[in-house]
Formats: sequence, structure tokens, C-alpha cells
Amino acid sequence: MDLFAIIRIAMRALARNKMRSVLTMLGIIIGVGAVIAMLGVGQGARQTMQEQIQAMGSNLLFVGAGTVTRSGMHMGWGSTKSLIYDDMLAILRECPAAHAVAPGSSSSGQVVFGNDNWATRLNGTEPQYFDIRSWPFLEGSAFTQNDVEMSANVAVIGETVRKNLFGATDPVGQTIRINNLPFRVTGVLVPKGTSAAMGDDQDDIILVPLTTLQKKITGQPWLRWIMVSAVSRQSSYAAQQQITSLLRDRHRIRAGDDADFFVRNLADMADVADEAGRVMTLLLASIASVSLIVGGIGIMNIMLVSVTERTREIGLRMAIGATEGNVQQQFLIEAVVLSLMGGITGIIFGLGASYVITQTLGWPVLISPLVIAIAVVFSMAVGVFFGFYPARKAAQMDPIEALRYE
Amino acid sequence: MATTSQPEASLPGTKDPETVILAEEIHKYYELGETRVHALRGATVKIARGEFVTIMGASGSGKSTFMNILGCLDKPSTGRYLLEGVDVSSLAKKELAAIRNRKIGFVFQGFNLLSRTTALENVELPTLYAHISKAEGEKRSREALALVGLGDRVAHFPSQLSGGQQQRVAIARALVNRPSILLADEPTGNLDSRTSVEIMDIFQKLNDEGLTIVLVTHEPDIAQFAKRSIQFRDGKIRRDDRNQNRPLASEVIKNLPKLED
Ligand SMILES: Nc1ncnc2c1ncn2[C@@H]1O[C@H](COP(=O)(O)OP(=O)(O)OP(=O)(O)O)[C@@H](O)[C@H]1O
Ligand SMILES: [Mg+2]
Repeated sequence: MDLFAIIRIAMRALARNKMRSVLTMLGIIIGVGAVIAMLGVGQGARQTMQEQIQAMGSNLLFVGAGTVTRSGMHMGWGSTKSLIYDDMLAILRECPAAHAVAPGSSSSGQVVFGNDNWATRLNGTEPQYFDIRSWPFLEGSAFTQNDVEMSANVAVIGETVRKNLFGATDPVGQTIRINNLPFRVTGVLVPKGTSAAMGDDQDDIILVPLTTLQKKITGQPWLRWIMVSAVSRQSSYAAQQQITSLLRDRHRIRAGDDADFFVRNLADMADVADEAGRVMTLLLASIASVSLIVGGIGIMNIMLVSVTERTREIGLRMAIGATEGNVQQQFLIEAVVLSLMGGITGIIFGLGASYVITQTLGWPVLISPLVIAIAVVFSMAVGVFFGFYPARKAAQMDPIEALRYE
Repeated sequence: MATTSQPEASLPGTKDPETVILAEEIHKYYELGETRVHALRGATVKIARGEFVTIMGASGSGKSTFMNILGCLDKPSTGRYLLEGVDVSSLAKKELAAIRNRKIGFVFQGFNLLSRTTALENVELPTLYAHISKAEGEKRSREALALVGLGDRVAHFPSQLSGGQQQRVAIARALVNRPSILLADEPTGNLDSRTSVEIMDIFQKLNDEGLTIVLVTHEPDIAQFAKRSIQFRDGKIRRDDRNQNRPLASEVIKNLPKLED
């Protein structure tokens, strides 16, 4: 009997109990759909993360205050009062691989414009920061070095802040109040979107001159971070070495002791973020695949019911010449058709779900054909695995007893 | 064609026809917990090609049990069954399935049609397992249905057919793979006499064309259409007679009142 004929018989048998077949398929639909959605979102997140890190400039280095454990995760970063402005000047002066530097300090602020107010991150830095991060302006421009020297009340805002405070109004030249101090807006940054690595909105930010933040808002002279751009991509590892040994020296840290700062180059960050993304994706996908197993058990259950219900049919088929193999094949194909149809529907739902999720976050939808192929093969495998026992049971019936079954 | 009621074996100058069924000392028992039901107690039967045999006997005398063994659906507990000279107990399950599919046509006591499946598809069922094309299978199925007089009922479901028509679908299904042996277990049970005779007419014509037929029945009226009658009693053969003056079913029909259909 050719495969096409068996599939037709299987479809007919399934159509006879439509409701039951659909409910059974639902388990597989949900399982495959969830796996596809998780893989899609996870892949999209990783891709976006890589793009964002690349966009920051591949020769970028990040020096942060705080300690780092051996596993590479930093602990309580920024809490240490270890990084100062002179460290930054020393880096520029003494590390040949360092090309440009920008200092930074952070706080948070309540921002008011007219009747609208918004809570956001507040960073203090110097104008070269925008060049180092290659972050262009949508409108207006950065504050100047002169503003930094004067501790002027000027601010650069991100797109999210603009949207929430200004709506249609042009923000450049307007005065906003940050923690009750008046600031003049000099520019709006081009939106960068959600950071895939951290999951935070990078455009929800206000940047003011470092001195203004230190003197008028935090009242602290410490730096939280220093951004360094290396002379070239190749020299970023050299820069990392030079900065590390310079700062260990300046901070008088003995060999073998943990440093009170950490230096990251973007290649490292990309690796760490990618690894974290991969682990997360796998974790989510394996949780989702549990429902696939539950779906498989549902198929097995229904197939066992079906085999019992159709005992006489099985007896008859054997009596008129069906071999054990024919009968086993028939029920196995029926289980596979069930799981495959569920799998394909699940893929469609999963694609839809991951499209919606990634669209909301502004990430690309990334589902490789390989993932879809694996999902198809996997749902077939579920059908074969969970259909095998019921099909075997059908094939081993005795024709005479099966025909006599009531 | 041969309308003789003479047993062929006794014709002078002819070679003994080939023996197709040889059952020797067949015993069959069913174990039911402590008790043992003895369904067959040493049945011995020899049937040659081209014979038309009826098996009669009281209910429970082991007729169906014996037919199931002849049809390779069941195996004897002891005894030997040779089908065309081959000991069936030596065959693998797969070979038995092939024999049931191609060599033997079986009409079951009770019709055993698949419900929610049309007459045509019911008849096609054996062709699915016979290594013939779908088109060829369908052609043969239509022919088989036409042969039993149901050419105009192919698309009907069993529930839309009368008992006699359902039985004829079952006969068409048994014939569709052109077997050389037809085993029928009470094919005329619960049918009115006219329909029964019509079915016997079909059987007589098939037999004339060389088909070997073994048929179980309760009614002596039906048994008379065969060439040979075997009587079962308590799982054994009690009588084995050649029928003299066998009537032709096609002639008998003419004298029956026409009232149904
Ligand atoms: N599967 C079984 N288990 C136990 N006993 C059985 C089984 N099948 C048949 N028997 C017994 O074997 C005996 C013969 O049964 P069988 O069906 O061959 O009778 P039969 O001659 O065909 O009767 P009928 O004319 O009523 O169809 C009966 O006593 C029956 O109870
Ligand atoms: Mg019987």
C-alpha cells in the first residue's frame, strides 16, 4: 500500500473525530508554538545585542568603578569611591593605545516641562562622549567644553524623554526643570532603541555636563565610569592592558589583590552578552519543550483510545490480508499526521507570536529555516515516539479475537 | 457449462483433481480458566479444486471454528491442515496474511462491513493490501459489485443498504482479489428465501467458472444447491454426501414469487 493511500486513510480517520483530533493537536500546537516563539525572540535579542555593541564602535573600552569577580560579572559597580577625574587624565596621558576619553557619573532625576513630568536617568559627562559613542543628534547639538567649565545648566535629552515631555513641541532652547533646577535643552539624540543586552531603554536618558551633575546634583567628586576609545580595533586589547596596569598602580593595588575597578573592551562584552543570550534562549526553549512532551502524551492517549474503539476494524483488515506491518504503519502514520499537523500549526502560531513580541520591542524577527525544519522533524518524531506503542498494540491483535470484540 | 451433479472424481478416464484443502484430525480447544471447551474433536476433510461444499450442523457444533481454520485466521490445537499441499502451520504470519488476501475470499458470519465507509470502499479494502494500483483496485471493485447485482449502489453506506445487500457487499469484498477458494460462513443467514436463492445462483455461477466454495448453512434448502454436503456434530464430521439431482438456482428463482426490492 502506498504512503499516499495510508495518509488518506489516516486523514479520514482523524476527520471522523474532528473535535477530538483538534484538542489532541492543541498540545503539540502550544508546545511547538512556544518553542518557536522563544527561539525567535531569543535569536532576535542576540542579534540586536550584537548590532548594538558593534554600533558602539569596536574600539570602545569601558572603565567602571567597583570590583569584578572571576566569573566576569561585576559586583556593586559604581558604589566604590575609587575612580577620579585624574585617573581619566592619566589614561589619556600615559596609555599610548588610548585615543580619547570621556568621564561619567550617574544619578536619577525628576524632570518637569510645563505640566508634564518624567523620571529618568541622569548622566554627567563631557562633549567628547557623543563622539566616542558615535551617537549623533536628531536636533540641536551637544553642550560645549565651555559649558563643562562653567558648570552650566544645559542638557541633552534622549528620544524617550522628548516624547514624554514635549510631544510635538521643538525641545531645543526650551527650559526644563531637573530636580527643581532649570536646564536649557541643547539637543536631542538619535534614538537607539531598547538595549538587547540589558533590556533597558537607552533613549530614556538626560546628559548634562559632568561638573554640573557633580556640583549641583550629587555633590560627589567621584566618577562612575570612563569611556575610552582605542587608537584602533587591534589596539583595544593593548589599551585594556595599559589602563589596567596604570590604574592598579595609581590605586596602589598589590599583585594578587582584586582591583577596585574593571576594564571591559567591547569584544568581551559582546561575548558575555552573547553567551547570556544563548543560555537564556536555550532555557526558555527547553521549558517550552516540556509542553511538547505533554502534547505527545496526549497523542498517545488518544491513539490508545482509537485502537480500542477500532478493534473490529483492525480484526477485519487483518482477516482480509493486512499484515502486522500494514496495521502498525496505519496507526503510526495517523499519529504522525496528528503531530505534524499540530506542529505546522504551532510553527505558524509561534512565528506570529515572535513577530508580535519582537515588533513591540523593535527587534528584528529572526527565525532561521533550520529552526523551522527542526520543529517539523521534532513534531514528527513526537508522533513516531508516542504513536509507536498504540500502533504496536494494534498490530499484535489476534484477528479472530478482534473480530469478536464488542 | 457443467451442470452435472456427478462427483468429478468418479468420472472414468479423468485424472484425480488436485486437492486444495486437506484437514486431518483437527482438534481445537479453548481454555476458559479451569474448564476446556472442545470445539473440534478430530475433524478430517478433503476438498478438491472446483468443489462446492456445504457444511451443516447444530449451533455450537464447531462450524465457524473449522471455517476460521480453513481460512488461515485461526490455528488448530492439534492436527494438520494442508492448503494446496502446504502445511499452514509452517507459514509465517506475513505469508498467512498474503494467503488470506489473495488465495482465499472469506464471507463472515455477520457482515463485518466498515460503517461510515461506502460499499465501494468496503469492497476495495482487500485490494489495498494486494500490490495492485488504486485504479485497478477500483475497477475490480466495481466489477465485483456489479457481479453481485449492486452496480448501482457503490456510493451507499452499509446503513443505507438492506441486510441482503450488505451481505452481497461482503461477498463482493471476498471476491475482489479473485481468490481460488471462497469460504462463506452463513452468507444467507437472516435473509429471505428469494434473496438466499439469488446468492446461491451467484455461487453456482462462480463455481462453474472453477472457484472452490465451502459454505456454512443451517438450511437444507440452501445446502441442496451445492455438490456435496458435510454434517458436523460435536466437532466431528458425521456425514459426507454427494448431492444427487442438484437444482439450478437460476431455475428455482423463476418459480419464486417476485415481491421485494
Ligand atoms: N473464543 C472462544 N472461546 C471459547 N469458546 C469458544 C470460542 N469460540 C468458539 N467457542 C466454542 O466452541 C464451540 C463451537 O463454536 P462455533 O462458533 O464454531 O459454532 P458454530 O457451529 O459456528 O455455531 P453457530 O451455528 O451458532 O454459528 C462452541 O461451543 C463455542 O462456545
Ligand atoms: Mg458459526
